[in-house]
Amino acid sequence: MGWIDNALGTQANSVMVGARRAELLATNLANADTPGYRARDIDFRAVMADAEAGINRGLVRTRAGHIDTGMPATSHMIERQVRTGLEDGNTVSKETEQAAFTENSIRYLASLRFLNGSVQGIMKALKGE
Amino acid sequence: MSLFNVFNLAGSAIAAQNIRLDLTASNLANADTVAGTPEAAYRAKAPIFQAVYDEAMGSQGVAVRVVGIAEDQTPPDRQYAPGDPLADENGYIYKPNVNAVEEMSNMMSASRAFQINVEMMTTSKELLLRTLSIGQ
Repeated sequence: MGWIDNALGTQANSVMVGARRAELLATNLANADTPGYRARDIDFRAVMADAEAGINRGLVRTRAGHIDTGMPATSHMIERQVRTGLEDGNTVSKETEQAAFTENSIRYLASLRFLNGSVQGIMKALKGE
Repeated sequence: MSLFNVFNLAGSAIAAQNIRLDLTASNLANADTVAGTPEAAYRAKAPIFQAVYDEAMGSQGVAVRVVGIAEDQTPPDRQYAPGDPLADENGYIYKPNVNAVEEMSNMMSASRAFQINVEMMTTSKELLLRTLSIGQ
């Protein structure tokens, strides 16, 4: 279904990356009190650049039976550089993560709206209205 | 779909914070219980959180779980109260090593974390519902 992907353009990728980032930020917040846990984030720009260039840096499938997990590249994960001064080695700041989650949600909704526009365009073309 | 996993992650966090709240409540409820021996005195309890890496499931999420409950090893507070029916032969009673201020701040931190995770679930639900309505 390559033509649909092409028609939807980059917004489809943006929505997927947004969903992954939401998951990662949820991970950070879930582990806000876990000793030794280090907060991580996705380098959105790098992931999008890869997606647009069609590079899949996920797990390499070397055998026919391997399932494509669709996992993003761990190389694009960045550790948040924060200094909380806590002795338990945890680098999660609940406020930072919550702000990032909210920001990511709004970006996700924006991408979704653009994507919806593309989908409705395709529907119109299909119906010939 | 990664957004569905937010529910698992936030759910694990809520469960863990719930245990923490339970233990805080137990500590505060027992803050004034008295014992006749140092061994019998109530000791403050705290959960041990651990990150659960489950990348084999195709998820990059790391849930949290409570792997155990630790007891505060500071010796109980010894007080001279010969009139107390529980006092030992030297007239001492033993009070729990619960620090009420510490417990209160623990409770605030736990309830805040609980709240954030619930909000996160609500937001994810909203995002998923909007995603479902694409093309309508």
